[in-house]
This record gives sequence, structure tokens and C-alpha cells, in this order.
Amino acid sequence: MRAYAWLIPVFPLLSFFLIVFFGKRLPRKGHEIGILAIAASLLVSLGVFFQQIAHSEQTYERSVTWFRFGEGGRFVELGVHIDGLAAVMFVVVCTVSLLVQIYSTEYMRDEVRYTWYYACLSLFTGSMLNLVIANNLIQLLIGWEGVGLASYLLIGHWHEERANSNAAMKAFITTRIGDVGFMFGIFVLFWAAGSFNIAHITSVVAAGGVARGTLTWAAVLLFCGAIGKSAQVPLQVWLPDAMAGPTPVSALIHAATMVVAGVYLVARMYGVFNASPAALNEVAIIGAITMVMAAGLALVQDDIKKVLAYSTISQLAYMVAALGVGAYTASVFHIWTHAWFKALLFLGVGSVSHAVHSFSMSKMGGLRKQMPTTFKTYVIGSLALAGLFPLAGFWSKDDIIGGAYHAARAGSSVGWFVFLAALATAFLTAAYVARMIALTFYGKPKYDPEHVHPHESPKAMTGPLVFLAFMAIVSGFLGLPGKLNLFADWVRFGEVEHSFNLALAGVSTLLAVSGLYLGWTIFRMNKVRIDLARSPLAWFYTLLQRRYYFDDLYFNGIVHPISGPIARAAYWTNQKVLDAVINFAGAAAVSLGKGLYNGVDQPIIDGAVNGLATGAGAAGNGLKFWQTGNVQIYAAGLFVGIAVFVGVFLIRS
Amino acid sequence: MPVAPVLVLSSFLFSVGIYGVLARRNAVLVLMSIEVMLNAVNINLVVFNLLLRSISYIGQVFALFVITIAAAELGVGLAIVILIFRNRATVSIDEVNLMKW
Repeated sequence: MRAYAWLIPVFPLLSFFLIVFFGKRLPRKGHEIGILAIAASLLVSLGVFFQQIAHSEQTYERSVTWFRFGEGGRFVELGVHIDGLAAVMFVVVCTVSLLVQIYSTEYMRDEVRYTWYYACLSLFTGSMLNLVIANNLIQLLIGWEGVGLASYLLIGHWHEERANSNAAMKAFITTRIGDVGFMFGIFVLFWAAGSFNIAHITSVVAAGGVARGTLTWAAVLLFCGAIGKSAQVPLQVWLPDAMAGPTPVSALIHAATMVVAGVYLVARMYGVFNASPAALNEVAIIGAITMVMAAGLALVQDDIKKVLAYSTISQLAYMVAALGVGAYTASVFHIWTHAWFKALLFLGVGSVSHAVHSFSMSKMGGLRKQMPTTFKTYVIGSLALAGLFPLAGFWSKDDIIGGAYHAARAGSSVGWFVFLAALATAFLTAAYVARMIALTFYGKPKYDPEHVHPHESPKAMTGPLVFLAFMAIVSGFLGLPGKLNLFADWVRFGEVEHSFNLALAGVSTLLAVSGLYLGWTIFRMNKVRIDLARSPLAWFYTLLQRRYYFDDLYFNGIVHPISGPIARAAYWTNQKVLDAVINFAGAAAVSLGKGLYNGVDQPIIDGAVNGLATGAGAAGNGLKFWQTGNVQIYAAGLFVGIAVFVGVFLIRS
Repeated sequence: MPVAPVLVLSSFLFSVGIYGVLARRNAVLVLMSIEVMLNAVNINLVVFNLLLRSISYIGQVFALFVITIAAAELGVGLAIVILIFRNRATVSIDEVNLMKW
């Protein structure tokens, strides 16, 4: 089955073109192609997955040369590289994408650009699968940028509203900043290892063929790309704004395609990172800072999608930090579990907003009775996110905390930092989850009952929710501690990690329960009434409200100076200098053309042609009188001519 | 046999023919003058064959060809003349100058 793995990204990419060209003429406006293609990819993915876990020791790599360049036979390939990591990602990406597409048939019904929406979903999925399957950095970069492009298109799907198109541009440009670093990282690695092939680079690095300093630079530069894509500090600002897109797209971005790409990149290039402790420490510290900051932000959001957005940043930071402290399997395991429950939460939010036409939690409340399926599945997803035993989040989160503790005990101060940050985040996560549930599904209805009549969503929407809820419960059991840890057999880097620790699990569960209890008491029971804005913690509340001033910093420090004086200067240069040059060139060309027309074309060329014609006419006019019509005159001419010839002959002979 | 007097005769006939062709106004007479010229040529052909003693009698053969073609030509010519006369009630060449500029 692995021989057919190349089909996995091909189906959705093909479907992109088919939908673009033929989608509008089809009875279902194109979604049947998208769903069929991704279902086919899912089938192949499952085949690849089961074959891979049966031979988990072997990686499978095949490639064809794409083009050659330079001297010494350097080349770029198109290839597939399949190991446990890629196989797991295939299943996650295809399944989530399939569910999102089924869900969207209802959610996006009668929306503008429905066909284009499905085309973009296919492009999005296909790009991500190409990124996952790539065996070299160039192919990976192509998928990477394709994902960026598709997310730009989808976030700005309703681009008639200024805010949405701004959000799309913000997402695109912010991630692009990280991509610059990523590209330089690729160049450094190519220069150092002489190839774009990831396996080759890893083996060269493992053999000590690259200097330590170069390696650190390469890893840090690569990680820049991951920071942008996975929305880590300091490039986390785009992800909350990306909520402007349709909610199923958010589910896709957060669970499977876009943001996981950054973590996947680090995991895929782990051979490089692992060889450079400095780079790993940087990864761990960025992750630790991000997870706490984002979890804090999630606590004060009113927009339920933004709560989930910050939650995603925080959970991604878990994965990043886990990679930083060497807990490779735990990190990928968290990708796996997180994808299910985060997709579930986003699709649940979509279902809620479908009913109340708003994302603001101050306009919800008391929805558990009207929307029982959504409510139940949402609670399951939320508790999985909070990491409550025995749901999926519990196992992966505790693997990460255990991994950090393991590193800390091995004498790493960064390990301690990550460990404490992870515990704090576990607490904060539980608190905002409780707040979210309380405000959305409990309490008095705060929506306008005149206009809003909440109702359960149709089957095409609740079906995926139920399936995802099932996965949010059972997906964690793949990573049970000890002998039962199947996941570690499939996906690991080096030796199997023993990261689960019963005492730690107890501590983190305690933290999660207390976080839930705190959030619940504050926001549901109203036992503790705090007006945060007037409390001694007001400064902290403001800090969170202002998103740690990151957006202000970027807008006042970068965007406004550019859009202000620099843009004006550029505009002035454009108008006064560049346009003047161009206008001058234009005017000169026009007058030169006029001169040529009047001086050369008309008198000389046209004159010659017209003169020939006139001359021929005049000659004809003059000569025509020779034709008198009198036959005898012609005969006279004939005889005179003969006489002349005879005379000439006589004289000459 | 002396050829000179015969050549003189043919030259004379030819000249008479030319005069007739160029000077007469009656179309029928012009055709007749052409016949005179052709016969002058025939005499020439026969006499030169005699002079050169060609055993293939090529001169005589050509003379017969000329006579035949002259008969055909005259048939066509007289037909044209008759048609012109029917249409325009004249056979004067001066008045038949339609084919001009």
C-alpha cells in the first residue's frame, strides 16, 4: 500500500482543479468532488497507516528527480517519505478534512462562493498532505506555502467585509515573516549537508558532518518558520484574527492542516534539532512562554472562537515545548489527540453559532436544552482539552508533563521551566474551559429571544460531532503507559520514552480539577463576584485585554510607520519619480512615433507606393489612344515592323 | 528553270496584297487581298522547293497546308463580315472600330 502513498496528496490537488473548472456545473456545486477525493485519500492513508504500523521499524522512501541544477549533479526530487509520523499525520489530516467537508455542506449552504470554498478546502488539504509526505525540504516548502495560500484564501472567504480581508492579510504576512527564516534555514542546511533530502541531511548531521554552530543556526532558522506557522510567541498575533474565516475552516486550520505544520516541521527535522542543544532549548523556552501566555489570554475572551484560538496556541506550545525537552513521541501523540478534540470544539462552536448567529458568549447561555447533541459532544471535547481522566487530552498532556519532568530531573533548567509552565497551563486550561462551558450552555439565555430560536443542527453537522467525540474519548488509549503504549511503537525518535508518571498524573489531574472548579464557581455559580477591572489585578486584566500589547507593538512599531511615512514616501517616489520617468518615456515614444508617421511613413513609404500607382495610371491613360479600333492601322504597324526587321537583317548580313 | 521571274511575280502579288489590306475600305476586298498575299507566299514556297531540289517536297506540303488554312480562315472571316453587315448595314472597316479605348 505504501507504493500508492503518492496518491494521497494527488487526489485533493486534482480535485482542486476539477472543482475550479467544473464545480459550478455539477448538481451539488462541487462538494461531491471534494468529498470523494478526500475519502479516496483517507482510504489510501488507512492502508498506508496499517502497513506502516505492521513494519514500524522501516521507513519507506521513493523519489524521482525533478530537476538538476548547478555543478556536481545537485538535484531536487519529488518523493515520498513514510514513517510512523507521516502515517499518523495522513490519517489525522484526511479524517478531519473529510469531516469538515461533510459538515460544511450544511454550514456553508447557500453561502457566496460555495464552489470556490470547496476548491480551497481541497487545495488546503492537498498542500498539507504534500507537506507531510515530502522527502525533501523543497517539496515540503511547496506544501508549506500552499497551506499558507489556501489559509489566506479561506480566512478571507467573506472578504466583502474589510475586517476579514485584513485578517487574511495579517495571517499571510505574519507567517511569511517566519517563512523567511525557514527558507534561510533550508539554504544553510543545503549548503552544509549538500542535499535537500531530509533523510540525507539527518544522516549527515548524525555522522557529525556539520559544525555545531552551523547546525544551531540552521535549526533556529527552521524554527522561525515553525514559530510563524504554529503561531508561537512572538508571531502568535495572526491566529486569533484568523477566526474571521468560516468556522469549519478554523477547525481545519487548528486541528489538522495549517498550524500543526510548524510542529510537524520540527518533528520531521528532529535529527537536526536534536543535535543542537541550544536550538532545542530555544524551542522549549518559546513553547513554555507561549503556552502560559496564550492560556491566560483565553481566559478573558468574549468571542468563543477566540477562546479556542488561544487554546490552540497554548496546546501547540505544549507540542513545541515537548519537542524542545526531547519528548518526541509525547509531542506527536498530542498532535494526534489534540486534532480530534480541537476539531470537535470548533465544529461544535460552528453548530452553536449556526443556532444563535453569533460568536459572542455574552449572547449565548442556557443552550444545553435546545442543543443536546452539540452540548454533550462539546462537553466531551472540552474535558478532553482540560485533560480529565480518561479522555484523550489526559494521556497526551501527561506524557508531555512527564517528559518535561524527566528532562528536568536530568539536570536541565529549561526542563524545569517547561515543567512548571506546563502545570500552570494545565490549570489555566481547565479554568477557561469551565468558563466557556458555563457561559455558553448554562445560565440564563442572553440571546435575543425575539429573533433567535436556537435549535439542534442538521445531521450533516451533528454526525461529525459525534464521531469526533468518540475519537476524543478513545484516541488517548493508543498511548496508555507501559507495555500498552502502541503509539510509541509507531512514532518515536530513538529509544522509547518512559514519560508517564503516576504521581505527576495525579498532580496534573488535581490542577485540572481545581481549575475547572474555580472557573465553574466564578462563572456559573456566581459565588465569587469579582469585578476584575476594579480589583488589584486590574493591571493584569488590562494586560490580557490588550493581548500583552503585542498587537499594539506591531501596529505602532511596524505597520503604522510603514503605512505612514514610509508608505507616503514610497507613494511620493512612485508618483513624482517613477511615474515621471514612465510618463516621459511614454511621451517620448508617442512623439517619436508621430515624427516617424509624418516624416517617414506618409511621404516616403506611402509616397513611393502611391507614386507607382499614379504613374502606372497616367502611362496607361496616355498609351490607350494607340488602340484606335481600326484594324488597318494595326496591320500597317505589323508590316512596318516586319520591314524594319527585314531591313536590319539585310544590313547586318 | 529560272526562278527569278517567278520570285518577281510573287513579290508583285504580295505587294498588291499589302496595298489591298491597308488601303481598301471594303472588308470583303481586304479578305481577298489577304488571299492574294497567301498565294504569293505559296508561289514562293513551291519555287524555293524547286530551287533547293528537296526530295521530300516540303515546300509543296506547306503550300497545301496554307491553302487549307486559308480556306478555313476565309470561311470564318466572311461569316464575321456577314454578321457585321446584318447588324450595322455596312462592311466599311473604318466604321467597324468598336474595339478601342
